[in-house]
Amino acid sequence: MTTNMTNKQWVAICNIDDILPNMGRCALFNNKQVAIFRVLDSAGGESFYAIDNYCPFSHANTLSRGITGNIDGKTVISSPLYKQHFDLLTGICLEDKNVKVNTYPVRLDGHAVLMSEATINVS
Amino acid sequence: MSAKIKLVVIGNGPVGHNFLEYLVESGNSCQYQVTVFGEEPLPAYDRVHLTAWFKNQDVADINMVSEDFYPKNNFILHTGDKVINIDRTKKLVTSASGMKVHYDKIILATGSFPFVPPVHGHQRDNIFVYRTIEDLEKITAAAKTAKIGTVIGGGLLGLEAAKALMDLGLKTHVVEFAPRLMAVQVDDGGGAMLRKKIQDLGVSVHTQKNTQNISDGDTAVHKMSFADGEILETDIIVFSAGIRPRDELARQAELSMGERGGVIINNNCLTSNQDIYAIGEVALWNNKIFGLIAPGNAMAHAAVDHLTGTGTSEFTGADMSTKLKLMGVDVASIGDAHGNTPNSRSYTYVNDREEVYKKIVVSEDDKYLLGAVLIGDAAEYGSLLQFMLNKMELPSEPEGLILPRVDGSSSGIGIDALPDSAVLCSCMNVSKADVVETVQAGACDMAAIKSCTKAATGCGGCTALVTQVLNNELEKQGVEVNTDLCQHFSYTRQDLYNLVRIEKIKSFDELLEKHGSQSGTGLGCDICKPTAASILASCWNDHVLDEKLHSLQDTNDYYLGNMQKDGTYSIVPRIPGGEITPDGLIVLGEVAKKYNLYTKITGGQRVDLFGARSEQLPAIWRILVDAGFETGHAYGKSLRTVKSCVGSTWCRYGVQDSMGMSILLENRYKGLRSPHKLKMAVSGCTRECAEAQSKDVGIIATENGWNMYVGGNGGMKPRHGDLFAVDLSDVELIQYIDRFFMFYIRTADRLQRTSVWMDNMEGGLEYLKTVIIDDKLGLVNELEQEMSAVVGTYQCEWKTTIEDPIKMKRFEHFVNSKRHDDNVIFTTERQQIRPVLTAEKNTETITQ
Repeated sequence: MTTNMTNKQWVAICNIDDILPNMGRCALFNNKQVAIFRVLDSAGGESFYAIDNYCPFSHANTLSRGITGNIDGKTVISSPLYKQHFDLLTGICLEDKNVKVNTYPVRLDGHAVLMSEATINVS
Repeated sequence: MSAKIKLVVIGNGPVGHNFLEYLVESGNSCQYQVTVFGEEPLPAYDRVHLTAWFKNQDVADINMVSEDFYPKNNFILHTGDKVINIDRTKKLVTSASGMKVHYDKIILATGSFPFVPPVHGHQRDNIFVYRTIEDLEKITAAAKTAKIGTVIGGGLLGLEAAKALMDLGLKTHVVEFAPRLMAVQVDDGGGAMLRKKIQDLGVSVHTQKNTQNISDGDTAVHKMSFADGEILETDIIVFSAGIRPRDELARQAELSMGERGGVIINNNCLTSNQDIYAIGEVALWNNKIFGLIAPGNAMAHAAVDHLTGTGTSEFTGADMSTKLKLMGVDVASIGDAHGNTPNSRSYTYVNDREEVYKKIVVSEDDKYLLGAVLIGDAAEYGSLLQFMLNKMELPSEPEGLILPRVDGSSSGIGIDALPDSAVLCSCMNVSKADVVETVQAGACDMAAIKSCTKAATGCGGCTALVTQVLNNELEKQGVEVNTDLCQHFSYTRQDLYNLVRIEKIKSFDELLEKHGSQSGTGLGCDICKPTAASILASCWNDHVLDEKLHSLQDTNDYYLGNMQKDGTYSIVPRIPGGEITPDGLIVLGEVAKKYNLYTKITGGQRVDLFGARSEQLPAIWRILVDAGFETGHAYGKSLRTVKSCVGSTWCRYGVQDSMGMSILLENRYKGLRSPHKLKMAVSGCTRECAEAQSKDVGIIATENGWNMYVGGNGGMKPRHGDLFAVDLSDVELIQYIDRFFMFYIRTADRLQRTSVWMDNMEGGLEYLKTVIIDDKLGLVNELEQEMSAVVGTYQCEWKTTIEDPIKMKRFEHFVNSKRHDDNVIFTTERQQIRPVLTAEKNTETITQ
C-alpha cells in the first residue's frame, strides 16, 4: 500500500482529551463535517483516523457516533444506524466495496490533534 | 369454469379441522365449495390439552383456528348446529336448525363421546364427563360449592380430569376398575410407581373398585357403593371410562358399521359409500378405534390425498405409543408395553429414591425393541420409539438403554442410523427428512424448525430428538455450529456472562486480555463491545458512561437517547405504570414546546419527544430531572415499561391493585440491563386490558393473587406468554420474576428475546418451572441475590450525567464549534415537526 499526500498546512482541531479513547468526535474542518477517531491498541499505542461524518447509507451525519473495533485485521467504525462497517484507513465499506467515504490526514502534535487540508489517496 | 365440488365436513373437532388445514396445504381447496358443521358453539379447539383451559378459563389458550382461516379460504362454518340426517339418494344433509346442504363428498369427523357405564344413579346431578369446554364449565361451577371430587376411570384422560379437580381445590379420588392405573399403557410395575407418585401429590387412588350404585351421601352429595362393599362419599363425580364413536349419523345413513360401533373405513378412509369418508375417533379401521390425535391426523391426511388425488398416503394403522406428563409425572408407553409377544425378554430398572421405573421389552434374540414403559423419567422415549418404529438393531446388552449413565455419556441412538423416513414428531407427522430439508433450506435453530415444520409443537415429546437431528445436520453441512460471539471471543454470550461473574471481571479490556481469541491484537467490535457492556451492567451495574464502559456502548446508550433516522434523538422519561400527574404532563409539554420537539404517546403508556439534537439533550434533561423525572431506558436493552390498567382502584371489574403492582415492579426492575429489551404488563382482572400476555413477563390479577405469564411477545412474531404460575402472593410474584429475569440474563443469547429463548429451551416451560419454582439447579438464592444487587445499585443515568461537567461536554455536535448539524432540517406536518425528506433538502448544505 502506498500513500501519496501533498504536504499542506496542518490545522489544530482540538485537544487530545476532547476525544476519549476508542471513541470518535465530529469536527468542523473546511466547512465539512469530519469524524475523528482515537483508537488505542492493546500495546498502549494510539492511532488517529479521520473520515467523513456523513453516512452514505443513512444520509445523516452520524459516523462519529459509531463503535470502533477491528474486523479481519482492519480497524473499523460501525455505522450507528444501519451497522455497516467502514475501514478507517481507506474509507471503504466492508459490506459494499463500491461505497467509500473520504479519509483525511490527521495527527497528534503534543496534545493537539491536527488535520491537513491535503486529501489522501490510498492505493 | 366447471362447478366446484360440494364438500361437507361434519364435525369441527381437532381432526375435522386438521383435515381442512391439510386440504388448504394441498393447494386444492379452491376446487371445493366447503361447508363445515360443528355441534359445539366454538370452532375447533385442542381437546388433547383440554386441561390447559382451567389455567385461566380462556378458550384462546386451546383454540386451534386462526381468526381468518375460514373466511380466507371461503369455507362456510356453522357452529352450534349438528347434522341430523344424510340423504344418500338426494345427496343432501340436514342440520338440527333445518339447514339443507347438497353434497358431492362428505367427511364424517363426528368424533366420540365419553362412555358412562349404566351404574345405578349415574343420572344424578353433579355428575359429569370430561370432553368439552362446556363440561369443564359445569365442573368449575359445581366445584365452587364442593369439597371432594372423584374421577371414575384411572386411564390417561381420567388422570387429566383428576388434575383438574385438584387444581379446583378439591380433595381428589381416582376410582379404577382394573388393578392399576393406565392399565392399557402401563404394566404392573409401572402402574405401582405411577400410583405412588400420584398419591404423593395428594390424590387418593382406589383400584379394583367396581362402582355399583350412586346414591345420596351422608357427609357429601353422593355416596358411591362398590362391589366389595366399601363406600366413598364425594360431592362431584366425573366419569372417564373410555370413549365410544359418535356413529348415529352413520347408522342413519346406513354405512357399514362395526359390531361394537364405529364406521368401517378402508386405507383411504372411505366408508362403504364412495362419497363419504370417515376420519378420527368415529372411524373403525381393521376393527380398531384410534383414540389419539396422531392417528386422527394421519387419517385426515389420507382422506385429503385420496379426495384430491394429489398424494398417495394411506392410513395403515398407527403406533399407539404415547408420552405425556400427568400431574407433573412423566409417563411413556411404547408398543408392546406388557411383553405379550411370545418369548420376548424384558429388562427393568427401578429406582425407589428417585421414584423412577423403566422397562424395555425386546425380541427373543435381544436384537429389536418391542415395547417400553417409562415412569418418572421419560428422557429415553424419543430414541426408544425410533428403535422400535424403524426396527433398528439394538446395541448388545440393550439394558444399557435405560440404565443411568455414570460417565456422563449420552445414551441411545445414533442420529445417522435413523432412516430418513423415521417419524420424529408423530403429532404433526414430521419425518427426519422433513427436518433435514428444513435445515438445508436455512433453518438453524429450534424456533425456526418449529415454525417451518410444526415439529415439537404438539405434545413436545420429540423435542430432544429433533434438536439432535438439527445439530447433527448443521454439523454435517459444515454449517459449523459456531456459537462464538464474534471473531474476538470464541465463547457464547452465556460463557462470557459466567466468566465475568465468576472472575469478577469489571472491564472490557480485562475480558479481552484474559479471554479474547486474537492474542493481543483484537480491539473488539460492535458485537462484543455492547454485549460485554450489557453483561457488565447486569453483573455490576456501574454507570454506562463510566470511564471504563462508555466506549462499549451503542450510540443509544452513549447518548442516553434513541437515535432516529436523521441523527437526532428521541427522549422518553420514565412514567411508571403510565401514571402521571397533570403537573408532570405540563412539564413534558413545556419542554417539548421550548425545544420544539415532536410529541407522541407510546404503546408503553408514556410520552416520546422526538427531534432533539445531541447538544440539546443535557439541557432538556436538566429540566426533566428537576421536575422529578427519571430516564426511561427506552434506548437500552433493558426494562422498558410495565404497562397497566387502572385495576381495582377505579374499575368495576378489577380484582387487584394492578396500578400499584405495576409501579412497584417498574421501580424495582428499572435500569436492569439484559440480553434484549424487557417489557412487562399488569392487568387487574381476566379481561386483560393491559395485554399482559404479549409481554416478556405478564401478570394478570385473580381473586386469589396474581397469575404470571412468561415469554410473550408482540412484534414481528407474536407469541402468547405461557402461564407460569397461578394465584401468587405479592412476595412470591416478585421472587419468581427476580429469578426468571436473572436466569434469562444468565443463559440467553445476545439480542434473544424471552420468547425465542423459551422456544429454544430444551424441556421448555416445564424445565423452566423446575428451575425457578422447584429450584432443581439449586440456583434460586443466587439469582435473587444477584437481582437484589442490581436493584440496590440503581441510579438514574441522566441525573448522574448532568451532574458531571466532563460527561456533559461530549454531547456537543462539533468538538471545535458551537454550530449545529445543519443537515438536521425539519418541516411541519399536522402542527408538529418532522425531518424533511431527502428530496426536500436543500442540496447546498455544508455536509455534501
